[in-house]
Amino acid sequence: MSTDNQKKWPTAVFALGLICGSLSGIGHATASPNSTLLLAGGCNICHGPNGVSSGPATPTIAGLSGEYLLSTLEGFKSGEIPSTIMGRITRGYSSDELQALANYYSSRPFSASQQPYDPRLARQGAKLHNKYCEKCHTEGGRSAEEGTGRLAGQWRPWLIWALQDFRSGRRLAGRKMQQQLDKLYIRKGKRGLTALLHYYASQQP
Amino acid sequence: MAISRRKFITALGTASALSLGGAPLLALGASRQVVVIGGGIGGATAARQIRMIDPAIAVTLIEPKQHYHTCFMSNEVLSGRRKLASIRFDYTRLKELGIKVIHDKAANISPDDHKITTNNGTVLSYDRCIFAPGIDFRWDQIEGFDAKTAQLFPHAWQAGQQTATLQAQLREMADGGTVIITAPAGSMRAAHAPYERASQIAHYLKQHKPRSRVLIFDAKTAFPQQALFLQAWQRLFGYGAHNSLIEWHGGTAHRLIKLDATTRTITTAAGELHRGDVLNIIPPQQAGHIAAASGLTDESGWCPVDLRTFESTRHKGIHIIGDACIASPMQKLGSAANSQAKACANAVASLLNGREPAAAVFTDVAYSTIEEAYAFSTVGSYRLAKEGNRFTLVAGGASPIEASTEDLKREAAYARSWFNNLTKDTFG
Repeated sequence: MSTDNQKKWPTAVFALGLICGSLSGIGHATASPNSTLLLAGGCNICHGPNGVSSGPATPTIAGLSGEYLLSTLEGFKSGEIPSTIMGRITRGYSSDELQALANYYSSRPFSASQQPYDPRLARQGAKLHNKYCEKCHTEGGRSAEEGTGRLAGQWRPWLIWALQDFRSGRRLAGRKMQQQLDKLYIRKGKRGLTALLHYYASQQP
Repeated sequence: MAISRRKFITALGTASALSLGGAPLLALGASRQVVVIGGGIGGATAARQIRMIDPAIAVTLIEPKQHYHTCFMSNEVLSGRRKLASIRFDYTRLKELGIKVIHDKAANISPDDHKITTNNGTVLSYDRCIFAPGIDFRWDQIEGFDAKTAQLFPHAWQAGQQTATLQAQLREMADGGTVIITAPAGSMRAAHAPYERASQIAHYLKQHKPRSRVLIFDAKTAFPQQALFLQAWQRLFGYGAHNSLIEWHGGTAHRLIKLDATTRTITTAAGELHRGDVLNIIPPQQAGHIAAASGLTDESGWCPVDLRTFESTRHKGIHIIGDACIASPMQKLGSAANSQAKACANAVASLLNGREPAAAVFTDVAYSTIEEAYAFSTVGSYRLAKEGNRFTLVAGGASPIEASTEDLKREAAYARSWFNNLTKDTFG
């Protein structure tokens, strides 16, 4: 995992802070680079330094789409997205702060999780991905664009639970996603979903 | 502060390396020595964070031990779920960050001239000292129990050898044996953890010695996440039934006042005698003893600090973080120490650079693992109140009592992730 980066980044921020008085990428959020780092300090306790999780389950939040991060955080805060702990903690942050956090983590480099997978299932999963998911989760699920969650290289237990929640209706998916999930499930069953997640787990550095 | 010729040259190099030259930086660069005392979660995090925030600040860490064993997850070592080595961390990554690690013990802090003397006689000067001594025990509170007796009747409230001893005793105990845990009153490290420990021990007994039981004698009338623990014990260990694997006896009458080491018998405040095959005595606690010796504690035995910077209210230039400092309602937890260390490192770096420290947000989070697929959590988000003299809990709380088995299972996996990520965030 990219430890190099965590050594370099804060220095860069402070240098930038000195020169510009604000960090590019923070956008309209009111938090200063300094206080964004302090905000992120709490997240890193569970999600790992720079948002890269050592697993086995807690997701990596570095390098995800800022839009996706913000809508997920807001979803936890409102209770719309089910969670174990995130609902309890996000209520402690203002919308501006969640925005600053989303911007911060989206600017950190993603690092794919090193985890076991079944290569045969992963090959089947690749085909299923292309047929059912690639249209939105482009680049084999590696894309972090326009509010979609990054799937490739994410911790598999977390992906399993996210899918479970979408399937059970505990968490609401968009209409398109729900249709695709249903189609995949009807045609390929639980094994199809398992194969899909082995494919995402197989994408490692 | 006098600037030696050598220091001045170092400063010159530092300033030009930053290529942000100018006289003010030169002056600042000349006097930027931070000494961190204590290589636990607070100390290691603070040392690491300062180097990441401002590599021009020289950081020295004083820690007598070569390794640190985390207290969090040490209860899983007792049940045999994990090996002691899995909670052991060293200072290699910290050294790679340019932190000078001295394996020695701070013997004396001289706040007036900003000097620390170690047991080996090394004298270190600091511009700011970050002091993270952790806890010590109030040995005078229990008759017949002291540091030496604790080698036979381990508290295991500082992990490592103590954890290994307690685990060995549990392994050697015959089926049908009695494990006694005594929990103290007052402010303590990881106040929820005696009950997590009882759970992990019961989990072990259930599998290997099902006729045995765990008795908790507790000076407290109530304990953290009590409803969640009792629910788990009812579900898994027959709590409340005559053959329950766990019994909890709480209240001032059950406070431990005496240990008879020869007969392995404890006496409670009410005068009851209880004999145990394994005795885990968790004594009342206070800040690490060097804190009191250096005049940094108040009558409570803990260290009062200015909550904006964690600077001692007793001695300027010394910042105290982790279990030793008074930061309630934040709990005395590894995660809290990590969170405080980040804020403190930021404040120290700001002060050394002539900047106003930024306002911080604090987080503490603790998971209690009961079995392989059963855990729950407590989390808090804290901010400094407007008056600047206390923290306010702004969000958080424990897992809901109605949490599904699915969520308890997920929390067990998140607990193990929390352990991995918190330790990586601390030791690198």
